[in-house]
Amino acid sequence: LVAEIEKKITEAFEVFDRESNKTVDVREIGCIVRSLGCFPTEAEVQELLEKIEVEEPGGFVHLEHFLPVMTKVLLDRRFRPIPEDVILHAFEALDENKCGYITKDDLVKHLTEG
Amino acid sequence: AFKAAVLIQQWYRRHVARLEMRRRCTWRIFQSIEYSCEQDQIKLHNFFSYLMDQFTPSSSKERDFISRMFISGESYKEAELEKYCDYESIEVPDSYTGPHLSFPLLPDHATALLEAFQQKQQLHARYVLNLLHETRKHLKQLPNISHVSTCYSEEITVCGDLHGQLDDLFLIFYKNGLPSPSKSYVFNGDFVDRGKQSLEILVILFTFLLIYPKEVHLNRGNHEDHMVNLRYGFTKEVMQKYKVHGKKILRMFQNVFCWLPLATLIDQKVLIIHGGISDTTDLDMLEKIQRNRFVSVLRLKKRKESSGKPQIQAINGESESGTDAAPRLSLQPQSAQAPSTANRREFSRWLRQTVQEQIDTCRRLVDISESEPEELTYSSMVSLKDTDEPCWTRQEEWKQVLDILWSDPMPQEGCRENKVRGGGCYFGPDVTEKFLEKYSLQFLIRSHECKQEGYEFCHSRKVLTIFSASNYYEIGSNRGAYVKLGPDLIPHFVQYQANKTAHLLTMTQRQGFLVALFAKISRVEESAFRALREKLFAHTSALISAFKSYDRDNTGKITLSNWATAVESVLRLGLPWRMLRPQLVRSAKDSMLEYKSWLDDLAMEQRSQEHIQSSLLEVIYRNRSNLETIFRIIDRDHSGLISFEEFQQTWKLFSSHMNIELTDDGINDLVRSIDFNKDGNIDFNEFLEAFRLVRQCP
Repeated sequence: LVAEIEKKITEAFEVFDRESNKTVDVREIGCIVRSLGCFPTEAEVQELLEKIEVEEPGGFVHLEHFLPVMTKVLLDRRFRPIPEDVILHAFEALDENKCGYITKDDLVKHLTEG
Repeated sequence: AFKAAVLIQQWYRRHVARLEMRRRCTWRIFQSIEYSCEQDQIKLHNFFSYLMDQFTPSSSKERDFISRMFISGESYKEAELEKYCDYESIEVPDSYTGPHLSFPLLPDHATALLEAFQQKQQLHARYVLNLLHETRKHLKQLPNISHVSTCYSEEITVCGDLHGQLDDLFLIFYKNGLPSPSKSYVFNGDFVDRGKQSLEILVILFTFLLIYPKEVHLNRGNHEDHMVNLRYGFTKEVMQKYKVHGKKILRMFQNVFCWLPLATLIDQKVLIIHGGISDTTDLDMLEKIQRNRFVSVLRLKKRKESSGKPQIQAINGESESGTDAAPRLSLQPQSAQAPSTANRREFSRWLRQTVQEQIDTCRRLVDISESEPEELTYSSMVSLKDTDEPCWTRQEEWKQVLDILWSDPMPQEGCRENKVRGGGCYFGPDVTEKFLEKYSLQFLIRSHECKQEGYEFCHSRKVLTIFSASNYYEIGSNRGAYVKLGPDLIPHFVQYQANKTAHLLTMTQRQGFLVALFAKISRVEESAFRALREKLFAHTSALISAFKSYDRDNTGKITLSNWATAVESVLRLGLPWRMLRPQLVRSAKDSMLEYKSWLDDLAMEQRSQEHIQSSLLEVIYRNRSNLETIFRIIDRDHSGLISFEEFQQTWKLFSSHMNIELTDDGINDLVRSIDFNKDGNIDFNEFLEAFRLVRQCP
């Protein structure tokens, strides 16, 4: 099972590996983690990054460092998906006017006022 | 409320990330399939090598058929070209409502052409030929490397691959303005193939070239090569649009292509070439060679045994001397007795000998008639000035041209053979660095590779790729771009995307960004996966064996993990199969896959010809591109038809090479079932269409 998880992680990583040299830009890590089925918050992504060693110049992450951390995340089943009703609830909470949608500005406002 | 916002952000980010992953995977799929198509060229070479070295013909008919494939068809000396491809005898009827051209061309002619093409009109063959003759005359005087200066016109616009996509050219002219004394353009090759309006693009580009010779510059691309055109669509397009005069027009294009300059140099500081460079690229050599000798740069790999002997060209490869070979090559072997067909090695030797003899004959004929006054080209003048003979071999010259037209940059250092494309090199940042230093250049501009944003830098911004064909793989797949350079030589980019079916891609505000993005990616993705499923189907037998090797107990099932490994081992596309799996495998229970029924489902999606044996079907799908090329080679008058006998013989040879059993009945079934037989001739276009996926019309 672990081997299979590692293969999956490596595949996802390689899709973002522009130069085929087993490194990706640190800014893509969030994307990779999420495309593997996880729903971390921004804060949680940052936490993860702290666990992974980031090489200074330009901020690159090497597969060697990413793999063990990510494998643990998947094995521990962290950052599970949010159930649909919860999300719906969240939308309803922010949609004060009950118009069925929220704007990007509303979202930003609530995020920055926290 | 903050918590709610964070939740939404979490969810949103996840969706965007997933879409981004899908977008990248889709891109990967298209790229790997495109490059694996280029591998087809190598497979074709293997087929011809096989015919030459391993195959034993069973009859003299078969032997003759094979030799015909190798010996070039009619080729013409440059002077004869004018006689054969004359236009003056062609009358333009009163009923013709398209644009009329007269020479010398004026700006009004260009605008008339643009308008006419926008209204889907066609230029009369007479004018096409006339234009080509004039273009050829003009190109012959140009050096191999065009020199451009930003002193004359303030800005120079450089465009990349257009690949027959006329809408993109219109978009560029619309956004940037037409070529004029104050608007210089460089078009960096690959004007033709794949798109359906290659002809119109060439007519427009050549027209502007003749009207504004100081301001418009064209570089040759790897698709300006008739061998490539046979495979990728330009030949077909011309023959479809010009049924009577198509052959003449193609001959002229073939000639004009080899007179296109190889590179453009701006202010002695920026070099523009279509493909790239290699660690042996030598600008001095490139300036001096006779570029028109390289009619086609594709040819068989050199055989070890024939070292020392000149290369045997496969199909009308390089023409050996300054002009094309003599007309009407005799098909009768000149050696005394045809060898007994049972002896394989003798046949091989005989074939080489025959081909060699034909080449020698041509050379002799040409040498004798070299006394006719040939217009001096710039490059031949340069070499006359030199007192010593050019000291490089034909082989070296050929490599220079091949590298310029076919190479790709790579992130790793070094320089290695480009095995994916079958020509040119992969060159690293160190090669670029050395090259720029050697010639005191600032950076390189090249094209040749499709880029999502229409352009991309690499090698620390020393190499710029510019690609001008938007929606290249599929509507919505990528943007096109052009780059403008002023005297400061700082690049400014303009991107665009031609969209005919814009209504599919625009969504209302209410529906939101995510939905629009999703729709756009879905569409392109669908196309990529269709192509991928076709590829999987084409390898059914190999896949079954691979799956079986993981299913020792013969349960009919394998794990999804093994599925991924097996598929990669067969297709070798380097794709992230585990990521792609949800889209490819719908029916997995307890993460075990019933592979046989999965493959059956794949087969049903393809336009099924149930009565044709499945292994044959696979072969057709896998080799469609090569089969098409072979048929076109055999169909020397470009009629789209070959005789039933030729069709049969081609299949026999091919199936022997592919190691499949194909009886005469099998071939007859093929012909009958698809009903494309036209009076004993096979319309191979229709035949091949029958084995294409049914595409939904956009």
